[in-house]
Amino acid sequence: MRSVALPAGGNALGLLRLPGGWAIAGALTSLIILMPIGAVCVYLFTPASENWPHLVDTVLPEYVRNSLWLMVGVTLGAGSIGITTAWLTSMYRFPGRNLLTWLLLLPLAMPAYIIAYTYTGMLDVSGPFQGWIRGSFGLSYGEYWFPEVRSIGGAIVMFSLVLYPYVYLLTRAAFIGQSVCVLEVSRTLGCSPWKSFSKVAVPLARPAIVAGLSLALMETLADFGTVQYFGVSTFTTGIYRTWFGMFDAVAAAQLSAFLLIFVFALILLERWSRRRAHFHHTTNRYQRLPDIRLSRGWAALAFIACLLPFLFGFVIPTIQLIIWALETYETMIDRRFVTLAWHSFSLAAGAAVVARVAALILGYGNRIHPSRAMRFFSRLSSMGYAIPGTVIAVGVLIPFGALDNALNRWTREYFDMGVGLMFSGTVFVLLFAYTVRFLAVSLQTVEAGLEKVKPAMDDAARSMGSNRASVLREIHLPILKGSLLTAIVIVFVDVMKELPATLILRPFDFNTLAVRAYELASDERLADSSTAALAIVAVGIIPVILLSGAISRSRAGTRPI
Amino acid sequence: MNTKSQNHLEISGVSVELGGFRVVDNVSFSLEDGEIGSLLGPSGCGKTTLLRTIAGFEQPSQGRIQIRGQTVSGAGQHLAPERRRIGMVFQDLALFPHLTVFGNVGFGIRQRGQDAIRRRVFKLLELVGLERYADMYPHELSGGQQQRVALIRAIAPGPDLLLLDEPFSGQDLELREQLAREIREVLRQDGVTALLVTHDQLEAFAFSDLVGVINSGRLHQWDFGYNLYHWPANRFIAEFIGRGVFIQARVLDENQLDTTFGVLAGEMSVSYPNGTEVDLLLRPDDIHYDPRGHITARVESSAFRGADHLYTLVLNDGSRVMCQVPSHHAHQPGGEIRIRLDLQHMVVFPRAGLPDLGAHVRGRH
Repeated sequence: MRSVALPAGGNALGLLRLPGGWAIAGALTSLIILMPIGAVCVYLFTPASENWPHLVDTVLPEYVRNSLWLMVGVTLGAGSIGITTAWLTSMYRFPGRNLLTWLLLLPLAMPAYIIAYTYTGMLDVSGPFQGWIRGSFGLSYGEYWFPEVRSIGGAIVMFSLVLYPYVYLLTRAAFIGQSVCVLEVSRTLGCSPWKSFSKVAVPLARPAIVAGLSLALMETLADFGTVQYFGVSTFTTGIYRTWFGMFDAVAAAQLSAFLLIFVFALILLERWSRRRAHFHHTTNRYQRLPDIRLSRGWAALAFIACLLPFLFGFVIPTIQLIIWALETYETMIDRRFVTLAWHSFSLAAGAAVVARVAALILGYGNRIHPSRAMRFFSRLSSMGYAIPGTVIAVGVLIPFGALDNALNRWTREYFDMGVGLMFSGTVFVLLFAYTVRFLAVSLQTVEAGLEKVKPAMDDAARSMGSNRASVLREIHLPILKGSLLTAIVIVFVDVMKELPATLILRPFDFNTLAVRAYELASDERLADSSTAALAIVAVGIIPVILLSGAISRSRAGTRPI
Repeated sequence: MNTKSQNHLEISGVSVELGGFRVVDNVSFSLEDGEIGSLLGPSGCGKTTLLRTIAGFEQPSQGRIQIRGQTVSGAGQHLAPERRRIGMVFQDLALFPHLTVFGNVGFGIRQRGQDAIRRRVFKLLELVGLERYADMYPHELSGGQQQRVALIRAIAPGPDLLLLDEPFSGQDLELREQLAREIREVLRQDGVTALLVTHDQLEAFAFSDLVGVINSGRLHQWDFGYNLYHWPANRFIAEFIGRGVFIQARVLDENQLDTTFGVLAGEMSVSYPNGTEVDLLLRPDDIHYDPRGHITARVESSAFRGADHLYTLVLNDGSRVMCQVPSHHAHQPGGEIRIRLDLQHMVVFPRAGLPDLGAHVRGRH
């Protein structure tokens, strides 16, 4: 029954009203989505496997230590880059600012493992840079000091370079959203520009900064390719090794559950800081940003400060990839490459469509039967974005493996033949895992789109002679079109870049671009991996462009659309 | 009360229940062809629900709704909203963001021929002075322009009845009245029968011929604005419409009251037995500042309102009344002024706490 508290417009949601149909579909969808997370969490409470004490004694402390160090380092690195660039681009005017505002987002297109390969190729002992040092100073290996790229410090730098855009993006939005009046008041109260930055602007933006950092840290914890390549043992590499090296599913699941504790802490941190962010909007009337014009010297400094992250996070690795690709493309672009590209493309497209359908069910369920339970379910199902791919892979394999085994036992008994691994050994399990991981992105976009369709629009159309079906066709679909497309594109690209879940779950002899790049790099064939890597980066640029468009449209002081 | 079936809109004994609560309670009223009515009431009183029931988005639990003599709700019938030939203007306007002004206005008549659509849309755009904006999108228009588009979109199909759900509430005060007058003029020209829902009495008076006051789901009075102000059917309406205070009085005979001002004579709204203790309604415009008046009162507080002051005065017996005094007569709080009572008629209610004896609703003339 509908609650009375519902606004009168609530009944307009009666569009497509089936007796509880949407609510059931929504609840079912989220239950399915939540299954892998639940499967892993169960192992927090089951008796340990025989390998567990051994793991605790030997590697677990190292995993925890490395993960913590990575988190501290990324907080400092991504935090300082993100906040500085956000402040400079939102408050000051200097040559090239408008361009840099969105160029600064481009490192988002660069998966951490790919930037790790390129910098290793450039800066390793055998790389051109150290070669140049040896050549010009007449030194040989060991006679000079050079920082080791493949180290925990190197990993921190790599993560910071590609993850700072999360901090930049949210912090910049917060700076823009702050009423300029607040800053002006602080100036009239005697704060210098620097003081009003450090004492007023940054504290006001703190919730946004924390939210951005927790997103960056979630990515750090979820990373597998970089730490594996750098030989830094963390949870994700540990889970992988336990699963494939020791074939110990229970211990792998328990490690996963352990990692989830870290992740849940971050989710809570992010939710908490996002909620607090609402309280900081003191006024709805925004003024134009101050746009302080900088003198020539300062402008040059600001320009350089904003250029460097883009240069190191995107331009240099891309140029290196292009150079390698030019050297190797003749041997690398062959039949096999086409198959790889097709695998990646079809998986990504399939997952994007599945995720969108799930998001539509949840989104409409929420709209038509708004209830606390429904909202709770959809919030819960969108948790997947924080769960590392490795964990989701384990969580998906456990139930579907069991299902396959049961199915085979049953068919052997009654039909005297097995059906093979119908779920856990096919593309199905991959698509499922992707949906779990990336549903949140899809759901967010679909919900934002549905918000634009005001309930009164349904009523208006119906009062002008449209029946329910034509309201959907003539009003909902055209308004939602953009969001639905965005949802597809973003999930598509995320799937293209995804490595660990694909690595664990792919059917036998089934490769994708990401997996191929990883394999070649692991074999120290960095140059050969460049074509696949470059393809991934190129596709990754698309959502960044979409994102930058959305940002410039939603700039405060302009009319929201 | 008009009972002939030529009524354009006839609401008889309609109740609506939402989530187990009776939101609209046994409401009856009617509008004749071309008449404009308003439902006025505080927020949450059920007026919007009633409007949505007339539109067909809600179903009444009791009663009957007829448009042009055809039963659209009630008696086991429920006509879908899209088949009622109603137009509706919504509080948040609900313009379609993906369509131009032309597309929005033409939405309800899209099954007609290209030429017919063009002619109709441009005729309406001209009516509200927006013909140059046909190719713009809703977000490119100002608030007032969006309002006009929403209105002509609703009347484009030539509906039998136009329903307006607080359409002016998003506008600032000045624009509101101007828009209400403008839109009323457009409706008059098109001969549209319309019903407006609002919580703003000035808007209701500016817009409509007849106004119904609703509270807690019940229609308290369906009448002309003048009568609501001067002949309120009950205390709620007396307090809700305009300003005023009650002073104690006793009925002497059918034309006289004994009050703190002395014996007052005039036409009385309801007749009570002699000796009944009643409350007499005094509007600020019933009490005049008069240096030669017989009554002295102390100024308790004053509010400067430009053209006049609104004083709160304390009488000798301690009761308070309000008085409108022309702007240039400024008196300080604490000072004494002389006043005169000028009652055309006397509105009385049984003393608060006593049962209402005379629920005599005057109804329309």
